[in-house]
Parts: sequence; C-alpha cells; structure tokens
Amino acid sequence: MYGNDVIDPNDPLNAAETESYDQARRHEDRRHEVGDDFDALIAADQRIEPRDAMPDKYRQTLIRQIAQHAHSEIIGMQPEGNWITRAPSLRRKAILTAKVQDEAGHGLYLYSATETLGIDRAELLDRLHNGTQKYSSIFNYPTLTWADNGAIGWLVDGAAIMNQVPLCRCSYGPYARAMIRVCKEESFHQRQGFEILWVLSRGTEAQRAMAQDAANRWWWPALMMFGPPDTGEAATGGHTAQSMAWGIKRFSNDDLRQKFVDMTAPQAQKLGLTLPDPELRWNEERGHWDFGQIDWDEFWRVLRGDGPCNAERVAHRRRAHEEGAWVREAANAYAAKHAEARESAA
Amino acid sequence: MSESTTEVAGVDAERSWPLWEVFVRGKRGLAHTHVGSLHAPDAEMALRNGRDVYTRRQEGVSIWVVRADDITASSPDEKDSFFDPAADKIYRHPSFYDVPKDVEYL
Amino acid sequence: MSADRSEDTSRVPRSAWAERARPGAQGRGATEAVSEDTSELAAQGGSAAYLLGVADDAMVYAQRLGEWMTNAPQIEEDMALGNVSLDLLGQARGLYPRIGELDGTDRGEDDYAMFRDERQWRNVHLVEQERGDFAREMARMLWFAAYQNELYAAQLASSDPVLAGVAGKAVKEVRYHLDHARHWVLRLGDGTDESHRRMQAAIDWAAPYVDELFEDDPMSLEAVQAGLVAMAPSQLRARAQHVVEATVAEATLTMPEAPGWRSRGGRDGLHSRPMGFLLAELQHIARSHPGATW
Repeated sequence: MYGNDVIDPNDPLNAAETESYDQARRHEDRRHEVGDDFDALIAADQRIEPRDAMPDKYRQTLIRQIAQHAHSEIIGMQPEGNWITRAPSLRRKAILTAKVQDEAGHGLYLYSATETLGIDRAELLDRLHNGTQKYSSIFNYPTLTWADNGAIGWLVDGAAIMNQVPLCRCSYGPYARAMIRVCKEESFHQRQGFEILWVLSRGTEAQRAMAQDAANRWWWPALMMFGPPDTGEAATGGHTAQSMAWGIKRFSNDDLRQKFVDMTAPQAQKLGLTLPDPELRWNEERGHWDFGQIDWDEFWRVLRGDGPCNAERVAHRRRAHEEGAWVREAANAYAAKHAEARESAA
Repeated sequence: MSESTTEVAGVDAERSWPLWEVFVRGKRGLAHTHVGSLHAPDAEMALRNGRDVYTRRQEGVSIWVVRADDITASSPDEKDSFFDPAADKIYRHPSFYDVPKDVEYL
Repeated sequence: MSADRSEDTSRVPRSAWAERARPGAQGRGATEAVSEDTSELAAQGGSAAYLLGVADDAMVYAQRLGEWMTNAPQIEEDMALGNVSLDLLGQARGLYPRIGELDGTDRGEDDYAMFRDERQWRNVHLVEQERGDFAREMARMLWFAAYQNELYAAQLASSDPVLAGVAGKAVKEVRYHLDHARHWVLRLGDGTDESHRRMQAAIDWAAPYVDELFEDDPMSLEAVQAGLVAMAPSQLRARAQHVVEATVAEATLTMPEAPGWRSRGGRDGLHSRPMGFLLAELQHIARSHPGATW
C-alpha cells in the first residue's frame, strides 16, 4: 500500500488488525446452559440483549457511554470535515469525504444501539446540544494544517480503535455488534492517516515540518483519550470498577494507553517523526515503552469546556440542527398527509 | 447558509419520526439480515437512508425496512414455552436419519 | 435553435474552435506536439474540450456538495450528500486523465483540478453558485441530475471508450441522485407552508441557470459529429425538463415564468463571482506547495 519496504502492508497497523479483534468478534452463545439471570449471564461472559431484564444502573451506564460515543462520532466529523473542500489532491478529497461520511454512519449505528435501551435519538441529540452529555474531548482541538488530518487518522483513530476493540465483546449485544462494524471500518481511517503522514514526511521541507508540527500537537491529547489514570494521584475512581464488573469495560485506562504507546512509538520511528516526549524510550526490562507525565490539568480543563474549540463544535452542530428544522418538519408533514391519503384510499 | 432560521419550533419534528428496522441481503442466495435501525418520516426515505447508512461498502444487494412498531417479537419470558419444545424433536433434522452411504442426492 | 447553432459552428474553422476550446493549452505541450495530421489533432483537442466541460461540471458540483458535510438537516442527509459528492468526484477523476491524453499535455487529475485558473474551467454557472438553503440544493440537484441522466445515457455508446466507461457507471449513480432530489422536492413542496415557500423560491432561483445546461456550444456539436455523444445538449432538454416539470407539479409547485436573464459563458471559461472563491478554497493548499505530492 505504501510502496516501500519499511512498512509491510500485511503487518497490523492498529488494534483492529490484530488477533484481539478477531478474538473479540467471536462469541459463543451458551445461554441455554447459563439461563436468563442477569448476574449469571454476566459471570459467564454472555451477551445481554435489549429485551432481557437488566439492572437500571446497567442500562443508564450504557446509555451514557454509548450516547457519548455516538456524539463523539458526530462532533468528530467537524475537525476533518472542514478540510474536505481544501484537500490538496482529488484522491485525498475522495478519501476524506468517505471517512467523514463513515463517522456520520458510526454515529448512526451507535444512536441505533442506544435506542434499543429505550431512549430516543432526538432526546440524545438534545442532550448533546444542551451540554448535558459529553463527547470525546479530543475533538475540542483544532485542525490547523493538512497534516492534522494525518495525525487524527494515525493517532486519534488509532487510539479510538485501541479503546473500541475490547468493546466488540461488550456484554451488551447491540453495542458489541455496532463496535465490530465500527472497528472494521475505522481500520481504513487509521491507515489513511498514517499514509498522509508517510507521504508528508518524505515530501518537501515544508511538508515534513507540517507533519512534525501535527504530531507535536496531537500526541498528548491522543494519550488523554484513554481517560484519567486508574491509580495514583490523578486517579478518580469513576465508573471503571463497576463497568469492568459488568463486562462493559475490559481493560483499565492505563493498560490500553500502554498498548497504544507500544504500538505507536515504533510507527513514529518509521515515519521519521519525533514524538514530543523526551522520556519516551523502550524499556527492555518491562517489555514496554516508558513515557512521560500527561498534563492532567489540561485534560480536566478541556473536559470542563475550556478547550480551543469546545464552544465552536457545539455551536456548529446546533446551528446545522436548527437550520434543518424546517426540512425535518416538512418531511413530517408530507408523511402525515400521504399516510392519511393512503388510509382513506384503503 | 444564506437563509438561516432561528425558529426552534421544528426542532421537535424528528421526535415523531418512526423508527425503522433495516434488513440487508448481503448477496443473492442469502436471506435478509437485521443490520440496525434508523429514523425516517416515511418508508421511501427510510429505504434511501438505509442504503446510505448501511451499504456504503457494497454490503448489500437488497434492503428491507420495517417499522419497528410493526414488529411483534417474542418475549424473553416466553422463551421456554416458545423454543424448548423444539429441543426434543430431533427427527426434524436430516442428521437424525441413517442412510446407506452410497445413496446419492439425498 | 440547435439547427441555427450547428450551422454557425460549421462555419467556424476547425483550428479556431479548437484553440478557443483549449485556453489553457496554449504554450504548453499541446501546441508543441503538433502532429502532421492537423485535422486529427484538432479533433482530439475538440474532444478534450468537450470532455472538460463534462468533467468540470461534475468536479465543481462535487466541491459544492462537499460543503454540506456536517451542515445537512439530518445526519442521514450528511451521508447522502456525501455519496452524491463522491460519485461526481469519481466521474471527474475518471475523465481528467483521458483529457490529458486527448489534449496531448499528459496532465493528470490534479493538474486539472488544482492548477487551472478560472478562465480555463468549462463548467456551467449552475454548479458554481454558492451553497444556499437545502431547498436550493435540491432544486439544483434536480435539474443537474436530470441533465446528467440524459447526458450520460447519450454517451453510453461513445466513440471514446473511456467516456463510454465513465458514462456506464455514472448513469446508475445519477439516477440515484435524481431520485434523491425528486423525493426531497416532493416533501418540501408538499410539506409545510414554510417548506413550500422555500422550495418554490428555490425552483425560481435555479431557472436562469437552466438554459446554459442545454446550450449547443460548438464543442458539443463537434462531439456529436465525432460520435463522442449521441445527442447535442439541446436534444437532451425535453426529457430532462419533463422529469423536472412532473416533479414540480407533483410537489404542488409551479414552474417559473421564463427568467428575465440567463447565465451564459461557462463553457467558454466566463464564470460568475463565486467561481474564483470556490477555486481559491479548492486549490490553495496544492498551490502553496508547488511540486509537492500528497
């Protein structure tokens, strides 16, 4: 794919291309022996389906998490969407359009999964628009140059896939199935991002500088995507333990972050980019890459709304929604008229 | 947009759009399989949205959309009475029968 | 009208229209690569110019539709408009390299898209107009898809195998675009009072740009003679207009009176105000890094 001998196109470039994705996709239905009890099903690593009995807190946790995931896909269209008209080649324009379109699709798969829990998409969109539900903070950072589209694909999508692969065997069936589909499609997203940077890092001096600058700005926010640490001073406890027990979450934030660094640091070397962390180095003893301290103050600040693009992202989304209101209303009125006409004809 | 509207009245319109379940036939010879759901004001739009949302990668050759309200589903509570009685009727399955190996096309 | 024009064209010396057709090719490889068979070169130049009109229409409209992503009235529509944009982009990308062969410059798709100035673009004005409200987009798509639907059908048996190939694929894509626009025009026309008013205004807005689609420019007439396309633009009009009129009527809207002005000149590289801004956005990254690959 890259026309070189450094990256083998058959090598996995992201978590969706590894054995753990294939494993996560496999599911053995043993319900006939486990029975219908929620706790027994969870204990036996079985899937919960929409009409099964489930604790209200499980339902609420899923609604919050899947909706936040869906919102992230929809808001996540914006940073790259505003580059569609400026992509530097027609090939890149086509790829970027398809990618942003996929993000819309992923948002819809996820809203669809959330709705199986008994909540309406319109209600979820309201919560996004009025700020009562969050989306991933990563999308509150701006895309300043073309290379940012590469960094988003490589780092942001790479981190997202790392988070999502374990969700392919989430205990809630509709979420797991949506994730299987999303991960498969995201793999192309991550590869196209890597390819953008690969070409830039072998291009003109200005292109190489652009690629390095993008890596500098996106590296740390990408590491923050795995959430606050599970232990130590910055740990918050949060929902991790309960979500683990319910089979919604499979690995700790720090485990996933480490896996991501281990996968990505060698890729940066192949790209010829320097990741902005002087402490990043291979630790033979641990068998992992060591990395420096994440600025959790920045994380919390952006999460609270004080990031470069928080206000802009939600305002953009609200405007599109409000400007489209008359269109949705018209479709409604038309459907009602024609349903009446059909009924009276029948 | 050149003509924007600040009216919020229609924001609720989507709320009354019915939910449609989407079924896609992957290729000729396979049955339609449930792939997810979407909201649309009517069947024609649901079909078109289904095409754009669920078949971007040539996943299908045919789509059904069914209003979610029109689906009658068996309840998990009824599972035992619905499905268990089939468990002991192994004579419904072809593997139940011993036939000589040299009989073709059976 | 088409008969008059074809008479006009027949009086234009081949070399004259060929040159006019290739404003951008002057001083480049095309003129230097003059072969001994000048009539063949002229024919090739004419084919290139004709195809450039087809490709530029698709390219510029793809660019405009790209602006809808994240701005559509519902998320499903972001995806639908993205699909239409991708289809059109694919049509343009299928044609540009062929044009580079025909005009002898050997240019690739990005040479055409990123490195031509406004006067070298041959698209009609309809597709370059700024993005309006959703009704306006559906009015534009209805007319443009109705036009392309007839156009590509007339190119299926083209003497140029590349064009025939692109048309064979495009004719299916465009039928879907037409269907999409038609369904929305029906819903907006026969929806609420507000949507009816907006949709009528949008149909009225599009009217001055319609004639240009079906105008028999010299390159198109030459293309008919060369067997590139089976029909001249004016011959595509009746069927395309019938689709639009039937949709408008079913949508409880009315066809506008003949407009007091009409757009013209796109096929000659004479564009309207929004075109320069569209190109600035389309081209600025590529042009900021001359010689770079992406």
